[in-house]
Amino acid sequence: MQTIYTDLLVVGAGLAGERAAVEAADAGFSAICLSLVPARRSHSSAAQGGMQASLGNSVMGEGDCPDVHFADTVKGSDWGCDQEVARLFADTAPIEMRRLAHWGVPWNRVVPGKSIYYKGGKQFEKVEAQEKEGLIMARSFGGTAKWRTCYTSDGTGHAVMCTMDNRCAQVGVEVHDKTEAIAMIQDGETCYGVVARCLRTGELRVYLSKATMIASGGFGRIYPNTTNAVICDGGAHTMCVNTGVVPMGNMEAVQFHPTGIVPTDILVTEGCRGDGGTLLDVDEKRFMDKYEPEKAELASRDVVSRWMTHHMREGHGVKSPYGEHLWLDIRHLGEEHITGKLREVYEICTSFLGVNPIHQLIPVRPTQHYSMGGVRTNKDGAAYGLKGLYAAGESACWDMHGFNRLGGNSLAETVVAGGIIGKKIAEYLEGCETEFKTALISDTVKAQQARIDALVSGSNGSENVYKVRAAMQDALNKGANIFRTEEGLKECVTTLQDTLIRSKNVGLRSNGRGVNPELAAALKLEGQVKMALMLAYGALMRTESRGSHNREDYPARNDRDWLTRTLAYWKKPDDDLPTLEYEPATSVVEIPPGDRGYGKSEIISADDKKE
Amino acid sequence: MSRLLKFNIFRYNPQDEQSEPHMQEFVLEETDSMTLFIALNRIREEQDPSLQFDFCCRAGICGSCGMVINGRPGLACHTKTRDLPGEITLLPLPIFKLVGDLSVDTGSWFREMYTKTESWIHTDKEFDPNALEERMDNKEAVAIYELERCVECGCCVAACATARLREDFMGAAGLNRVARFLIDPRDQRTDNDYYEIIGNDMGIFGCMGLLACEDICPKHLPLQNQLGFLRRKMGITSLKRLFKK
Ligand SMILES: Cc1cc2nc3c(=O)[nH]c(=O)nc-3n(C[C@H](O)[C@H](O)[C@H](O)COP(=O)(O)OP(=O)(O)OC[C@H]3O[C@@H](n4cnc5c(N)ncnc54)[C@H](O)[C@@H]3O)c2cc1C
Ligand code: SF4
Ligand code: SF4
Ligand code: FES
Repeated sequence: MQTIYTDLLVVGAGLAGERAAVEAADAGFSAICLSLVPARRSHSSAAQGGMQASLGNSVMGEGDCPDVHFADTVKGSDWGCDQEVARLFADTAPIEMRRLAHWGVPWNRVVPGKSIYYKGGKQFEKVEAQEKEGLIMARSFGGTAKWRTCYTSDGTGHAVMCTMDNRCAQVGVEVHDKTEAIAMIQDGETCYGVVARCLRTGELRVYLSKATMIASGGFGRIYPNTTNAVICDGGAHTMCVNTGVVPMGNMEAVQFHPTGIVPTDILVTEGCRGDGGTLLDVDEKRFMDKYEPEKAELASRDVVSRWMTHHMREGHGVKSPYGEHLWLDIRHLGEEHITGKLREVYEICTSFLGVNPIHQLIPVRPTQHYSMGGVRTNKDGAAYGLKGLYAAGESACWDMHGFNRLGGNSLAETVVAGGIIGKKIAEYLEGCETEFKTALISDTVKAQQARIDALVSGSNGSENVYKVRAAMQDALNKGANIFRTEEGLKECVTTLQDTLIRSKNVGLRSNGRGVNPELAAALKLEGQVKMALMLAYGALMRTESRGSHNREDYPARNDRDWLTRTLAYWKKPDDDLPTLEYEPATSVVEIPPGDRGYGKSEIISADDKKE
Repeated sequence: MSRLLKFNIFRYNPQDEQSEPHMQEFVLEETDSMTLFIALNRIREEQDPSLQFDFCCRAGICGSCGMVINGRPGLACHTKTRDLPGEITLLPLPIFKLVGDLSVDTGSWFREMYTKTESWIHTDKEFDPNALEERMDNKEAVAIYELERCVECGCCVAACATARLREDFMGAAGLNRVARFLIDPRDQRTDNDYYEIIGNDMGIFGCMGLLACEDICPKHLPLQNQLGFLRRKMGITSLKRLFKK
């Protein structure tokens, strides 16, 4: 078996992973990133909108500064975030955007003079300042006080990902693509690397490292409907869950986006509604104006998603072979607007649906979009529980997003966190001596080989991996969705416990040879169901509504009892429920809990406790 | 009444001694808005769990799913079955190394390409975290982005006659990459530096200009313009070099 040694091993070659690897390489350490796909195909490249940093170059961003960005982020999080981390983030974001410009990102730049823009379907005029000519431009995004989102046309993630991957090639960071980490090498105290499966040959390989980082992105694929790429399946999270000592933070915090298209849940931008698009039901009648007379379709993401789901539950959904959905109507905006300002939407509809949005309705439904929860780390990005283990990006709960992340804040997080944590890792590596215990390594490999053999021979049973996976997805969809109730969550937990047993009895139908995709799915299934249980059980125990976590039976945000972060452990492999612990959401309080200024405002105050 | 689609899919698992390259037939009922992404996943989940193919974003933005669809290289995720006849033949992209069935190794090919072209900004300027960003003309930024839109799907390479004849040919994607840096004011490389990379038959002089690449590019990159631009630029550089000697 091949054994590969490196100072820093990063599981994931998206923006967060590559940014951290560059930092380590710049400090003189060797760094390898593993990835399921060539780095540039990582999901970071799918982000179109942009990334937030308070550069304040645009006239609409005048007066912006890290303080305003920080305040928006804390409010957005519904006071669920770690404020020290949010501060670090807001302060560093402008520097990272400029660094990206230096490395080669073709940011759109300020063009001085008059131009028009739209808001709520109406046309306005603005004049960009002459002295800002050629500086990084910004666009408007939801939940922000200023125009703060840096962008490159409609392909920000793609452009930044290309630049970052180029930088990796330049400074000698290796990317081992088509390589899947499947288990962590650890002794309950220190992490020594991973066992990985080569997706070119199917062989196992050992990676030994002084420091290991999880930067594997979101895990939206444990839901049936998601905007996430098919590789965002939480496979690397399951390695951490299986250690028993590394907790997952706030797994119940899941963001849903109102307009994923049906059937493939590809995202169509919020801009459709921003520019005056409406949502219609099975009778082609508008309904958002009844639920939210003031803001209607323009209420915040979580609010719109909630009402859409409610409306479908009341029997107004459109039935389809792919389940129920509603319609998005942008026909009245006209051909010029649709093929101009909403070109991307036009292309998605015509290429993926065969629907022409100039004349036809777009089938949409709220869909899983972002995982606020993940591998819990401290502000240096060090994971709880194991020495030498770090995490960054969407896979981590570094926790600047709390219970709801703002658009544009996660792509910015990847490079900001990658940079900060990469530096911390380099400091750690500086003083690090490690001994690799050969017995530990060979035991881990043997255990993985045994798992594979059992799946191939069917010695555990003959459950169908895809059916068990569908059962897990279905349970989450029913019980741990946009609306949550005690009854629904209890049923979800029970179903998942049953699914967990089934996941232990999976047997392959194919022969498992080579790069067998059925084997890849089977290897992570049990861990995925455990993650699903962390999510559902955490949601059941959290008896309040905060950000995206919405309990119909506990509609108030309860700062008195729940200004906390959930830590979910899977302590023993045979447990049938996770162990939940709690810690304060933030130790530093710059902005005390208050009203967000949007959405509902019922709050049980933290002050009630003392009285 | 929905159609029954007949799929002829190339099958071969190089890691399995018992596997022989062959075509296998699958039948599937068509549903509304069905794409090849939906169809192939259904075939794998319901009929043959060993079937290998690559999808990632399934939204036409990552370039994973290039394959030969009824004779033409394209992205499978944004190919609707509705636009195809009832019989659909799927083959892996040629030129790239086969991983199994419809899955090929584009990653290694592209990594080699960007090592060869040194696909990064060459500059001796240091980044100063305390300074304002260096200014850039917006038109220039947009022009660079236009070329950076390549998703490295490999379709242009698979469709290129020169690439079939010469294993070391850089392909339209590689040449386009060079053009991207050539027009970037931040990159300090000279025409002579670029000539070292592409001024030969592996590069711009190997291209026969037959247009297949631009025709096939799912991102509609202006490849012909770029190839023409490079050919002129390198032609002139070549002459200058001759006179210097
Ligand atoms: C459709 C869409 C649009 C978005 N738009 C925006 C936007 O406009 N602005 C914004 O701020 N955010 C946006 N987001 C969110 C943002 O794109 C992501 O949160 C962010 O890119 C995540 O980056 P990352 O580096 O953490 O992970 P990713 O880019 O997802 O990279 C994960 C890496 O891990 C690898 N990996 C995973 N598992 C394993 C394993 N087991 N072994 C080895 N490697 C593994 C993958 O191959 C990949 O390289 C959007 C998200 C979606 C889904
Ligand atoms: S124009 Fe050149 S690069 Fe394009 S397909 Fe023809 S030979 Fe290949
Ligand atoms: S140039 Fe076009 S066809 Fe070629 S790899 Fe890039 S996106 Fe694909
Ligand atoms: S899967 Fe990403 S382009 Fe087709």
